[in-house]
Order: sequence, then structure tokens, then C-alpha cells
Amino acid sequence: MTTNGSGQSWVLRQVRPLGGDAVDVLLADGVVAAWRPPGSTSPDSEGLPLGTTVLDTAGLIMLPGLVDLHTHLREPGREDAETVESGTRAAALGGYTTVFAMANTNPVADTAGVVEQVWRLGLDAGHCDVRPVGAVTVGLAGERLAELGAMATSAAEVRVFSDDGHCVSDALLMRRALEYVKAFDGVIAQHAEEPRLTAGAQMNEGVMAARLGLPGWPAVAEEAIIARDALLAGHVGSRLHVCHVSTAGSVELIRWAKAKGWQVTAEVTPHHLLLTDDLISSFDPVYKVNPPLRTAADVAALRAGLADGTIDCVATDHAPHALEDKETEWAAARPGMLGLQTALSVVMETMLIPGHLDWAGVADRMALAPARIGGLPRPAAEGWSSIAVGAPATVTLLDPSPWRVVEADTLASRSRNTPYAGRSLPGAIRATFLRGRPTVLDGKVV
Amino acid sequence: MKGHLLSTEDLSRDDALVVLDTAERMARVAEASVRKLPTLRGRTVVNLFFEDSTRTRTSFEVAAKRLSADVINFSARGSSVSKGESLKDTAQTLEAMGADAVVCRHPASGAPHRLATWVRGSVVNAGDGTHEHPTQALLDAFTMRRRLGRVDGLAVTIVGDVLHSRVARSNVWLLTTLGASVTVVAPPTLLPLGVSSWPVEVSYDLDAVLPKSDVVMMLRVQRERMSAAFFPTEREYSRRYGLDVDRAATLPEHALVMHPGPMVRGMEIASAVADSARSTVVEQVANGVSVRMAVLYLLLGGSGEVS
Repeated sequence: MTTNGSGQSWVLRQVRPLGGDAVDVLLADGVVAAWRPPGSTSPDSEGLPLGTTVLDTAGLIMLPGLVDLHTHLREPGREDAETVESGTRAAALGGYTTVFAMANTNPVADTAGVVEQVWRLGLDAGHCDVRPVGAVTVGLAGERLAELGAMATSAAEVRVFSDDGHCVSDALLMRRALEYVKAFDGVIAQHAEEPRLTAGAQMNEGVMAARLGLPGWPAVAEEAIIARDALLAGHVGSRLHVCHVSTAGSVELIRWAKAKGWQVTAEVTPHHLLLTDDLISSFDPVYKVNPPLRTAADVAALRAGLADGTIDCVATDHAPHALEDKETEWAAARPGMLGLQTALSVVMETMLIPGHLDWAGVADRMALAPARIGGLPRPAAEGWSSIAVGAPATVTLLDPSPWRVVEADTLASRSRNTPYAGRSLPGAIRATFLRGRPTVLDGKVV
Repeated sequence: MKGHLLSTEDLSRDDALVVLDTAERMARVAEASVRKLPTLRGRTVVNLFFEDSTRTRTSFEVAAKRLSADVINFSARGSSVSKGESLKDTAQTLEAMGADAVVCRHPASGAPHRLATWVRGSVVNAGDGTHEHPTQALLDAFTMRRRLGRVDGLAVTIVGDVLHSRVARSNVWLLTTLGASVTVVAPPTLLPLGVSSWPVEVSYDLDAVLPKSDVVMMLRVQRERMSAAFFPTEREYSRRYGLDVDRAATLPEHALVMHPGPMVRGMEIASAVADSARSTVVEQVANGVSVRMAVLYLLLGGSGEVS
């Protein structure tokens, strides 16, 4: 489906794979061609292909290219907020080599035609692989199944289906969807939100909502759907993926479902790992997101769940919004936050630096696990699982040492709705390679 | 006072007392033969109302005019105001017109807070969604102080739709800041889940609380809450939480009955109680003007002594 790497070869001199000991890594013919003793390689070293470029990558961490199961690229329909081009630039700059593009575009990605369009736009942009997510129901309306099989067999090879933004709240429809996609090893990614419990909801229901007079979005609205869907997945033996888990109770339920042996996976967003609902006292809609920011206790439970593998992966829920959809009073603003260019930094701050995960753990939660859940086609899937010799040269290199202050205006997204503006975050992506071809070098899009 | 009056939650005891003391002096202006002060001459106060509220708007208008300010009534109600753009557009328009103070009523909680980030003038929250209505709480406290001589140490019971009430929120913060002990009474469905974090007692039993109350404040209960299953019927609500004549009789002799208006007579309050001697409903309206004069005076730093 994609071109192989360019003919150019690269040596990553004294790079540290998964944060381990330094080594010189040769990327050639689109794969990791060799590991050589650290510092031993220079442009005229023997055994290098002609035209090899040697990069001084001393001190940089090498990870498999990151995979985001949950990205809103907004194209087609809201090209003023984001395009496939701008969103995938942001992805590459954030260390991502694959993004799964959510279906809530306009028109909705509920037909083979739309998913193929998005897939092709991704191919043309070339910054990372774009894997379209197909809608579960026609128009995200929750009434009848979209042509899931047609999307699966299209050129876009859709494996992940989601009505994200809306919950597939009808229990029977959810059951059928879970069952139906077994035929092509698909997975239903559920936006868990019982709509009757969240009508008009504006923020997490609790102490802050009571103070601020904003209608509450109760944790139980998420948890009730997760419990139901886990039972359904267990009953029909299907794969369920839970989008953007946000509550301590949800973590418990997923732990329970996994203990039953059911095929339930889950993701957490960077913002739910870091931010809490007391930020909303400013009424600044940059903090408005769905599911909403929760409490410190929820944040702690989510970090613990991600650390012990109850939550399988981090997904950004990158949700660009035009200025006029955010520069409003709280209730009128659209929910959503940018995430692609800050995700790894937030995971460093919330998981790596406190010692909940090491670099191998970060690689698992941000690259390997989401690739597995998303059913990335072989041989790419094998490549994701390893950065060893022979694997596709799809890697990201970051400098873990600097802290940088996030500036909304310098992000590649067309939108500016980052909740981290003005906040200092650790780490900086220096380079991203997609099957041997650099998409980012020296922190800039190639 | 700081540059805006957005909530009572962040209002200090000292600032609140300054408002009440100033309001006392303003009340004397209302009782004088010439009911007008020159203090805000040449200043512009904009009444920016995104929600119908003739009572509150008029109260602010009278207050501003008594201080000789120029008043512009900017009614932004209409189909386009549910979109946020118009709030920012309106803010820019007001900036261009040189508004010194913007009195903002808006159906969305927090809208005046946003407005305050976009305009240079002072913003006065005249009620935002289900969040706060600080001048209402100040006038309620003022009314208590005038009638009972103090707020400190009073037992105040707030009854009704606390969940959706900006009046309740503002009163809870202000009255507790001023030393009152507050009890909220409502069916559990009409209390916010986070009420346990508030500095108040919570009760579901109005009859148990009334004999211990110095002040009982009845909140309006909108009939449409019924359709969202907050309570079964109007009659049942009224029976359990309405202040009828028999219940009012269990109040201590000196106790006040307050209501921010508009009342639903026969629902949360019986007509005979609303019109009784212990009711402050009409006084609250008059006191509202004094308190709003005080707020505008203090925020705009009016010149000249108020005698």
C-alpha cells in the first residue's frame, strides 16, 4: 500500500534505542540494516551504502515510530480547523508515523469512498501513514450499521470502526457491530457516554461543577457503557476498544473485563493523564473536552492503569477547532484539544519521569500496543514490534533533556487550541523516520 | 474592590462589607428629595443583557442613572446570541464605544468571565447561567442587615432548586463569608452532587429546619424541571418544599421570608406568605438599587463624597 523507503541511507550515531546503551544504527533500504559499535561509524566507514548520511544523534532516545489510534484530521469538511496535510505534519513533528483518522468528518467516513479519500490524502501528504477509522453507523446517527465490510475491503483497509463523538448507545446495535466486524478482524472503538445521562453536560460532575454552575457529566455515564460493552464483547467473543478512558471507575471495570479474559482494550489521552477539572474555574474553553477533565483521583487511577497495562495505550484525541469555536462562552464552545505535538512530552512528565514507565514501556503504550489494536497490516506490524535489525526503519528520535514552553502559534496544526500553552513540558522530537525516509529532521518537517 | 464583580466566591469579607456600607449611604440618597448624585457624570455604563430580565436591568439602569452615568441598554437577545462569536463581537463593539462598565446577564455560566478578558472596562455579573448572581446576594445580605441588624450569626435557610440557581450559589458564598450559617433544603435531585463540599448544612426536610431559621429564602422552581424528572408533580413539590401558611407559622417571630423573584405563587410560596409582614420581597427590589449603586460607584471609583 505504501512506497518503500528512499534509497538514501542514514547512520544514527550513538543513539540510545529505548533509552538503553548507545549504538550506531544504520538505516538502509527502508529497514534497520545494522547495529554497530557506538561511535564507530563515520561517513567513510567500510560497509556503508553509497551516499550514507551520518547523523550525530548522541544522547537521543530511539523509539519505534509512534502510533495514534485517535486523531481528528477534520478533512473533509472542516479544512479551516485542520487538513490531512496540516494534521499529519503535526503528527510527524510529534514523533508519530501512523495516525488513525476519526470518522466524524463531513461527509462522515461511513462509506468506502470517504475512507479511501482520506487514506489517499494521507498518502499524498506523506508525513505519516493515515489509517482511516470507519463510522459504525450511517452518519454517526446510531440507527443502522454503515457498510463496515465495504470499508474493510476498500483500499483503506479499515479495521477500526468508531462513532467517536457519539456513543453507539443502542445495546442491540452495539452487539451487532461487535459481532459483524469479527469477519475481518475489526474492532469497535466505543466512545463510552450514555447520552441520557449527559444531556447538556458541560464538565465533570462533582465539586467543581457544583461551584461553577455547569451541568455535570457524571463518571457513571462512561462507566455504565463500558460495563455493558464489556459484557457484550464477552458474550459474543468480539474485540472492544474503549476510547479515551477518563475515570477511576472505568479503569476498574476494564481491569475486571480483562481478568475475565475478554478481548477488551483501552486508551487514555495525554490530557486526562495530566489535567484536572479545577482548571475550568477560568471558564476558558481551551479546557473543554469530551469526556471532560476529571479529578486528581481519576488522574492517579489512569496513570496507575496505564502503568500496569490495564489501559493498553495512549491516544491523543487530537481535536483541532477553529478559533471562533473556542473563543466563546463555555457552553457555546466545542469540546476538544490539540494533542499530537505534545503527547510524548506529557507522557514523559506523567509516566516516565515519575517512574511509572521506562522507555520500553513508553514505546509499548505509544507505538506497539496501538499498532496491535489497530491491526496494522503485516509486515508493518512486525516492524512496529521491534527496532531490531531487519525491522522497518520507522522510528522516532527524541532529546529527553530540554524543557520547552509550549507556544500555540508555533504548532503545525491549523488550530491553536492547546491546553498546554505557556506550560513547560519535557523532551523534544528531533527526527522521525517512516520506512527509512525522514519525515522530520532536526525538529523540522522534511 | 478589584476591577470586576464576577462572583461572590472570591469576594473578601472586607470588600463585601464595604459594598454593604456604601449601599447604606446610597439608600439615603434614595430617601433624599433630589435622588441623584453627580459622581459618575461622563461615565458610560452598558447594560448587556443576553437574557430577558426587566427587573434586574431596570434596577441597574436606575442605579447608574442615580449616579449620573450615561446608560446604554444593549439587548443582545436573539437567535444569534447562542453562538459565542457574538459575545466576542459585542465585547469589541463595547470597547469601541468606550464602556466604563459592562453589566452582563447571560444564559451561559462564566460568560462575564470571558467578557472580562476581552474588555478594558469593569464587568459586573448580573447573572450568568446557573453560576452566580453576585448583586442579588449582596442585596439579600443588605436586606437582612437592614431588617435584623446583622448577617453574622444568622441561620439562613435556602429552599428550592439549588442545582440550577445562581442566586443560591452567590448567597452561599457571600453569607458564609459574612458569618451566617446556611442550610440548603431541596429534593436531592435539585442539589448539585458536589454540594457536600460547600460550607453549608444540607437537609431534605423543610419542616425540621424552619423553626431554627432566622431567614428563609425561597428560590423559584421552574415548572419545566418536572419534565426532566427532577420531581414528580408540581403538587408534590409544593407539598414537600413549598412555603405555605402553616409552614410559615412555624418560623420564629422575627424570621424573614425572602424571594429573589419572580415568584411562582402557589408553587414554592403561598401568596399569603409572600405578602405577609415578614416578607421582604418588595424591599429587596428597593435595596437592589442601593446595592447596585454601591457596586458601580466602587468599581468606577466615582468622585466626590457620598453623604
